[in-house]
Amino acid sequence: MSSLVKRLCEVPLLSRVSHLRLCRRKIQNYNICYTVLRHRWMKSLPVLGSSFRQLTTQQDKEAVDMSKFPVDRIRNFCIIAHIDHGKSTLADRLLEMTGAIAKTEKNRQVLDKLQVERERGITVKAQTASLFYTHAGQQYLLNLIDTPGHVDFSYEVSRSLSACQGALLIVDANQGIQAQTVANFYLAFESQLEIIPVINKIDLKNADPERVESQIETVFDIPSEECIRISAKLGTNVEKVLQAVVDRIPPPVGSISDPFKALVFDSNFDHYRGVVANIAVIGGRVNKGDKIVSAHLNKTYEVNELGLLRPDEQPTQKLFAGQVGYLIAGMKDVKEAQIGDTLYLQEQPVEALPGFKPAKAMVFAGMYPMDQSEYPALRSAIERLTLNDSSVTVQKDSSLALGAGWRLGFLGLLHMEVFNQRLEQEYNASVIVTAPTVPYKAVLSSAKLIKEHGREEITIVNPAQFPDKSLVSEYLEPMVVGTILSPDTYTGKIMSLCLSRRAVQKNMVYIDEQRVMMKYLFPLNEIVVDFYDLLKSLSSGYASFDYENAGYQAADLIKMDFLLNGRPVEELTTIVHRASAYSTGKAMCERLKESIPRQLFEIAIQAAIGSKVIARETIKPFRKNVLAKCYGGDITRKMKLLKKQAEGKKKMRRIGNVDVPKDAFINVLKSERHASNVGRKRDKQNGDENNTSDPLVRRGMSK
Amino acid sequence: MMMMKNVFPAAGRVLLSPALRRFCGSPGSPGSPGSPGSPGSPEAPEDVSDVPASPQLTKQASLYVHWPYCLRRCTYCNFNKYIPKENNDPIMIECLQKETEALLQLSQVSHITSVFFGGGTPSLAHPSAIGAVLETVYKQASLSGEAEVTLEVNPTPEGMSKLEDFHRAGVNRFSIGVQSLQDEDLKSLGRDHSSQEALQTIEEARRLCPGRVSVDVMFGRPGQTVKSWEGELSELLAACDHHVSLYQLTLERGTRLFKQVQLGHVTPPAEEATAEMYHRARGTLQQHGFLQYEVSNFAKHNSESRHNLSYWKGRQYIGVGPGAHGRFVPLGEGGVVREARTQTLEPDVWIREVLQRGHGTRRRIRLSHLTLRLEEVLVMGMRMTEGINHKHWKLFSPESGLHEIFGASVGVKELQQSGHLLLDDRGLRCSWDGLALLDTILPVLLVELEKQISVNTTQEPLSVS
Repeated sequence: MSSLVKRLCEVPLLSRVSHLRLCRRKIQNYNICYTVLRHRWMKSLPVLGSSFRQLTTQQDKEAVDMSKFPVDRIRNFCIIAHIDHGKSTLADRLLEMTGAIAKTEKNRQVLDKLQVERERGITVKAQTASLFYTHAGQQYLLNLIDTPGHVDFSYEVSRSLSACQGALLIVDANQGIQAQTVANFYLAFESQLEIIPVINKIDLKNADPERVESQIETVFDIPSEECIRISAKLGTNVEKVLQAVVDRIPPPVGSISDPFKALVFDSNFDHYRGVVANIAVIGGRVNKGDKIVSAHLNKTYEVNELGLLRPDEQPTQKLFAGQVGYLIAGMKDVKEAQIGDTLYLQEQPVEALPGFKPAKAMVFAGMYPMDQSEYPALRSAIERLTLNDSSVTVQKDSSLALGAGWRLGFLGLLHMEVFNQRLEQEYNASVIVTAPTVPYKAVLSSAKLIKEHGREEITIVNPAQFPDKSLVSEYLEPMVVGTILSPDTYTGKIMSLCLSRRAVQKNMVYIDEQRVMMKYLFPLNEIVVDFYDLLKSLSSGYASFDYENAGYQAADLIKMDFLLNGRPVEELTTIVHRASAYSTGKAMCERLKESIPRQLFEIAIQAAIGSKVIARETIKPFRKNVLAKCYGGDITRKMKLLKKQAEGKKKMRRIGNVDVPKDAFINVLKSERHASNVGRKRDKQNGDENNTSDPLVRRGMSK
Repeated sequence: MMMMKNVFPAAGRVLLSPALRRFCGSPGSPGSPGSPGSPGSPEAPEDVSDVPASPQLTKQASLYVHWPYCLRRCTYCNFNKYIPKENNDPIMIECLQKETEALLQLSQVSHITSVFFGGGTPSLAHPSAIGAVLETVYKQASLSGEAEVTLEVNPTPEGMSKLEDFHRAGVNRFSIGVQSLQDEDLKSLGRDHSSQEALQTIEEARRLCPGRVSVDVMFGRPGQTVKSWEGELSELLAACDHHVSLYQLTLERGTRLFKQVQLGHVTPPAEEATAEMYHRARGTLQQHGFLQYEVSNFAKHNSESRHNLSYWKGRQYIGVGPGAHGRFVPLGEGGVVREARTQTLEPDVWIREVLQRGHGTRRRIRLSHLTLRLEEVLVMGMRMTEGINHKHWKLFSPESGLHEIFGASVGVKELQQSGHLLLDDRGLRCSWDGLALLDTILPVLLVELEKQISVNTTQEPLSVS
């Protein structure tokens, strides 16, 4: 998926921008039909075909009698898979076969609503669809709870899993088990779900289902007879999958006679109706008009609307134990529908469900508007996006170089990229994103500091607040367990890459004759910037990687400062491991050298730890910088160039006696893949500058 | 800030103005040949905030005449030149005369201080063409016998053979495009002369106009080294007259040389090397009695080019010929503010326009107080070693003096302390080292100027009359 982002970045900026504008216009159009249809899925998507709208009108509007589905006629399941293994295509087929959507060519990833989901082929936001399926003369209610495919979103995954009793584990018949297959399997396994392995894409020429079945046996200990071979694209054997859902997945536990108790497993915010909560009814029943209580806030609400998601909202009068649906109860703020919260009837209090651990941000990055005048617009875009993604933490921040902005915390790297992409695509916001950092911890030894913070262990998100070694007994850094699956020909290269990232090998198994699965314990910091891209390129794209958090470990961390002619530049201060201090320092000095223009005097760029300089670059002064010819016909062009330079000069930030363009900070602070984009943009500007050598302007020349 | 916002959009609007489109669409435009534009024309409204230029500046001008044709294309050149398919000379001469007449009338100047024939290759023109244009000038304005009349010469045998006739037609100064004394380099640059021919042409020119011959040389050519440049320079010093122009070769987009460098077929010397070439040449020329008076120009025995000095001193000039630029007040149509004027670029189109309306002015931009009097005066004036003296500045800025504008600036103080800039009783100027770094110094001065001058000024587009 990173490569996708990359490709996106490589598209010339201009065309990208116009593309984004186009999308935005489309979104606005959709907002119109959205209000008419009151359709939560329409929120942000440009791509939905008109067939979808038609469907809503065609559909039977009469309320379904939900009492027809007692617990034993209900199955709640999800689909888990590595990226591109066909999860969304299978979901489309299941929806079609059960009549939830019409069978048409246009059904492509119906559940992936966001532009970013479709472009990247990933699911970011969990979605739900209730299917009616008749098997052996009985009608069943199958609730498909679509989960994000990536462990960055494991918070979403585990929320979704908690509402399920079974999972379809999809594996590509050609590619076999990949890193995310493993990570997702363990999440489902730990949630004690019934797992049905589904081998997809058997229609492909290179499909090798036998090999994949044996991998599944080796890695997951599931007998190969339990695998279902399908082609979601062609619909081959998809019926068998539905049968297996009914036959193998246990019905939810719970009884209609219990008091009403429901789990809020997701929530969305709708500007017109307030909070729309997705609930799984654990016991009892709920009616429209009931007075319900949120266990978390102990607040009472009246149920205004409830119903099924098929996948569009279909209102019903009631929901019963075991069923999954949506509920609107006049909650005005997403915080009122805390995910993991328990809902019960006002007159029948129950014991609250255990709930979820709140998601913890593991990757932080500064975000600043490209131009300070865009600050209010960016603020409202971030506010709106975080309404539906409570896992993003937002903190105001400001930098002398970049102005006012925010420090945002994400669950992982992909989460961060997706967030940025949504900001750009859905809100047309242009942002500067600084290189990602991870939250370090320090165990304080200074009594004064402990008193000040009220605790011994503190978390440091901003490098400027990194406490000095003399005040600290130890520093801790976040760790992750990374899973890499790859053909064994690349093992050597991968091992040395991991070694260079301070990783410790935990485990290595052959999942078949050619493919190997390796597990490493990594410092998170070592993988946040470019690890995934390097892994992909050294394995010609064959290796897959995923990671999960693995707590904190003591680490030899140091704070590195950057100086221009002896003056420290606060916003460049970085926390690094002692072992990589030199290489990081050198690389940053080099990038600064490239982006600071030559001046009349020498500029020393230094990376320093305490008072010790560990890397240095020098920008030599200009010896000659003057246009050779300037006669009558040259003035216009010369003035234009000089005025441009004068304008640029006004925007520079002065550090000591050095004028530093904003671009320099952006280039150094931005994560690498963004930095390359900035470089391109600059080239473009230079090009334009040269193009202004309007032939008109060079006349009247004499010697 | 306010001002900056006004400058560029205004320039952009010029191209799109309905008046211009109207002009392009209809051949018959107001104003008979010889009297372009009409006073008080609604298309050129006067701005009440404009301060009329001082009469000291408006009664005289220099004249630039552009001859657009060349025999061949030099690999480094991106100027306005055309390789003619047929002999257009008679009509070109007629039109140059016509436009000279029209623009002289429009400017109402009574005195032409100097004339410069540039190109293109003006030495390809018949000497009578030069005579005809000068004749036109004499008819309408005074042109003293002492006035400098320069012709650019390509040092080919043909060019050399015509020098005497050019001299007889009124030319009293020759500027010879020697460019290099290395035959191989001349060839690869696409020049059509040899070093021997160049030396002979210099000799002949010196015979005709002793003390009034200039040579142009280029450094920073592909393959050139600091050492080879020094050798070439001393050879040149042995042959040249009293004026030398040194230009660093600049790679211009769209030229053959640019492409050759991009493809890696030729490599220009590194930045360090060209800087060294410039520094050594400045030193060598000084040792030989040549005083540097501008970034690229050196003269001894007071042989500075009067024509070029008038550009750097912010005087009026009239540009005649395809693509020529001018800067003058169109008093003839009631104007009070100096305009930047550009003639139509393409010779055939320009000819058609001149025949129809007497002149081929394509673009007119009214120069406001800040833009002209100060920014251009500053940028051009600082190119001279003597810089801008207080009297000169006062002519354009009677309200605020150099000390008032630049005296308090931190940036200017830093430049003074680092020894790049001087601001004293004489005025504002670069030091010896500072002059080579002028383009780094100017933005600092421009930012300061803008900060200090808060006169409500605008640069608004004018329609084409």
